[in-house]
Amino acid sequence: MSIGLEHYLILSVILFSIGLYGALSKRNAIVILMSIEIMLNAVNIAMVAFSRYIVPLLLTGQIFAIFIMVVAAAEAAVGLAIIISIYRSRGTIDATEVNLMKW
Amino acid sequence: MGFAVAFWILAIVLILSALFVVFLRNVFRSALCLILCFLAVAGLFITLSADFLAAVQVLIYVGAIAILIILGIMLTREVQRGSPANRLRLPAFFVTVIFLGLVVFAITNTQWQIAGVPPQEPTTSVLGLRLFGEGGLILPVEIAPVLLLAAILGAIVLVREK
Repeated sequence: MSIGLEHYLILSVILFSIGLYGALSKRNAIVILMSIEIMLNAVNIAMVAFSRYIVPLLLTGQIFAIFIMVVAAAEAAVGLAIIISIYRSRGTIDATEVNLMKW
Repeated sequence: MGFAVAFWILAIVLILSALFVVFLRNVFRSALCLILCFLAVAGLFITLSADFLAAVQVLIYVGAIAILIILGIMLTREVQRGSPANRLRLPAFFVTVIFLGLVVFAITNTQWQIAGVPPQEPTTSVLGLRLFGEGGLILPVEIAPVLLLAAILGAIVLVREK
């Protein structure tokens, strides 16, 4: 069976689900951030696969993927700065213990 | 044939390393598996004939974001406590499985309009023309550095010693 668009899309959604489970169920804030990076990578795979199989001459999906990478880099920098700042003020990065504004 | 073999090897490495990122107890080891995951994504970009994006993936994700995450792990010293799950583990699992089922159902039941044209190779000059050329995306390209500058300044302000 030759590899087609569906293979890449299903691989992408499996990867997204793994990242989603990690982001929802983990306590360590850095692991949550890593799970979010996995989800962004899964979206990039789907974008590039669409670009390759549906509009192979326009490369629209690859341009989307470039902007997603820019936003992911900004998100990682700010996210880690927030985590380090929380660790300095509270001594922990357990997401369940940072509950000052929790209802 | 070689293409299919490459795809399956990369897919298995990608899924396994992503599972290790989520399920390993040692945070540092899961960061190392995250690097493997990023490299497998770069390989998948190559199988999709996106050569520029594969290089950018290695430079930005493997080179910058992975180092940033390892630096964050070192600065927070939470490696010994590992990464336990919270109370919402089972609901999160069910939400994830329902999401996965719905999206796989939608993907397999859609008629995709596959173009028969062979892909563009190399992609770098075409991407450059699309981004900077006539009628291109010069405004988003100008906004992206402003976003990066704001993120850098925000990160510096957040972690600065008072």
